[in-house]
Amino acid sequence: MISQRFFAAGADRRIAITISILIGVAVIVPTLNIAVAPDSAFHVPSYLVALVGKYLCYALLALALDLVWGFCGILSLGHGAFFALGGYAMGMYLMRQIGDRGVYANPLLPDFMVFLNWKELPWFWHGFDHFWFAALMVMAVPGLLAFVFGWFAFRSRVTGVYLSIITQAMTYALLLAFFRNDMGFGGNNGLTDFKDILGFNVQANTTRSALFAASAATLALGVFVTWRIIGSRYGKLLMAVRDAESRTRFLGWRAENVKLFAFTVSAVMAGIAGALYVPQVGIINPGEFDPANSIEVVVWAAVGGRGTIVGPIIGAVLVNAGKSWFTGALPEFWLFALGGLFIAVTLFLPSGIVGMWDSWQAKRSGRKAAADAADATAVPEMAIAPAAIVRGGRPAAGAAPEPQPAE
Amino acid sequence: MSKANTILYLDGVSVSFDGFRAINNLSLVLDKGEMRAIIGPNGAGKTTMMDIVTGKTRPDAGEVYFDGNVDLTRHDEADIAMLGIGRKFQKPTVFENHCVEDNLLLSLKGPRSILPALFSRRSTAENKRIDDIFDIIRLGHRRGDLAASLSHGQKQWLEIGMLLAQDPKLLLVDEPVAGMTDAETEETARLLKQIAETHSVIVVEHDMHFVRELGVKVTCLHEGSVLSEGSLDFVSADERVVEVYLGR
Repeated sequence: MISQRFFAAGADRRIAITISILIGVAVIVPTLNIAVAPDSAFHVPSYLVALVGKYLCYALLALALDLVWGFCGILSLGHGAFFALGGYAMGMYLMRQIGDRGVYANPLLPDFMVFLNWKELPWFWHGFDHFWFAALMVMAVPGLLAFVFGWFAFRSRVTGVYLSIITQAMTYALLLAFFRNDMGFGGNNGLTDFKDILGFNVQANTTRSALFAASAATLALGVFVTWRIIGSRYGKLLMAVRDAESRTRFLGWRAENVKLFAFTVSAVMAGIAGALYVPQVGIINPGEFDPANSIEVVVWAAVGGRGTIVGPIIGAVLVNAGKSWFTGALPEFWLFALGGLFIAVTLFLPSGIVGMWDSWQAKRSGRKAAADAADATAVPEMAIAPAAIVRGGRPAAGAAPEPQPAE
Repeated sequence: MSKANTILYLDGVSVSFDGFRAINNLSLVLDKGEMRAIIGPNGAGKTTMMDIVTGKTRPDAGEVYFDGNVDLTRHDEADIAMLGIGRKFQKPTVFENHCVEDNLLLSLKGPRSILPALFSRRSTAENKRIDDIFDIIRLGHRRGDLAASLSHGQKQWLEIGMLLAQDPKLLLVDEPVAGMTDAETEETARLLKQIAETHSVIVVEHDMHFVRELGVKVTCLHEGSVLSEGSLDFVSADERVVEVYLGR
């Protein structure tokens, strides 16, 4: 079975399989949606395309968080802010594409500005009629905010829970700011009623399928980039900063720069996720800055397995699928379920689904090796060594670390 | 006192934490190529002195010079490490989730900025250097193992190896034999003596047998300043040292 092979694979093969699956999904799902007749058993309904497309954006956001949390120990409780900023940049482009088709039919000003009696477009809205400019801003705005925020926070050596709290404060401050009408981002209604993206109707099935494919492909790219970063010498350094920051300083590394780079890259990834999300859901409003959203991202990563590349993706998709089901079946219990899930994962699955699988696999292959050894020879110590060869490059909790295979 | 030909020069250094004077008008000079052992009771300021030299703590008063003319009070930890001062912590501090070899790889002298680290590949010169260090610290057989799996003594050696990889001019070694067996202690003394042939070294240690084995000049600190200085025999015969530290 594919799932069996997937989980049993070593770290690098697991990445290759994940990327292949994502590329495959990017091609197959839109095909089944567009080219297969609606009454066929293989038809993928449009609502499912939109729903899973949304999950893929969340998965990219969770992956971005994992880069800083799982691999560098920075627990950001404000990653939703970078996601929302990327979303707003895309939303501004989509607003400008409405043109004179708005309620007030003003060719230049979006409806909310006409409503507020504004006469001209604010300076920061200029350029957003071009897709390339908006795409640049999708990366530049979250990246710049993360850079400036990280520059001050990491240089002042703010770490641990204090850093988590100020990231939370950052997203809350942005929430309050974007609620204000005179900020020029549509106040609490946000940006919505989009018509076109790159000249195609955002509501059309084909456009939705294309956005789905773009989300899957971007997630695949995100997995690849993260994997390359983690595998480089910088990636080793990143984990070294997580485990023994002062040691890296006394070796001459500037730990603040190491963190700043990862934080900025992560924010850019989150911004791209937000930009892909907005045209698929058709709205962006200040609610996306809600601190609770950012905390939810942490839950996804924790459930899937932080410090693994695949874990946050699995976590984001599973938890959100659970959320979709729960909010349909038992809406008032969803938040309790989410809270309970987080507590259960922290207590019983500290390394998440992927981490649990890895340690289970390690134990199983250990038992098998021991059994083989008992059959074959009377020197068990030698044969137990493979027992602790931990898949995925991380030691299993509780198991004594033993020789690792060279990568 | 002349700073020329000194690797480390501390003069009149004081630092206090919340009114407690951890270092009190401390003066200490280490010549180039010298190995020095520092002893003293708990709270004498040994670790604080190392914090000052490595830039972790800034002194309230006094001069701290490295290599004759570099004012260390103007630099931070990373700068000072790059100037050529390596430090081993009291509690062995290695990167436990990395294999032994990667611990050395991250310590190797070289550029310390992000982009080279992101794109660099291991050169043959680096491999050679890592092999050399494994010869010195004798951990070659464990190079692929996680650092977390090393014994306490082996972690101490790995950390010393990481210092060597930095290729520093001066090594500050805080309690290298704490928690070691006698055989390991002997091995460590051999290792440090070998290192001292080509580096300046300061060793802080409580183990008097070990200090005797090193056979170097000894400084005894007490209440943040130098109590006595000289050969081990001279220092251990000093009445005041016996009084506060060695016991009668």
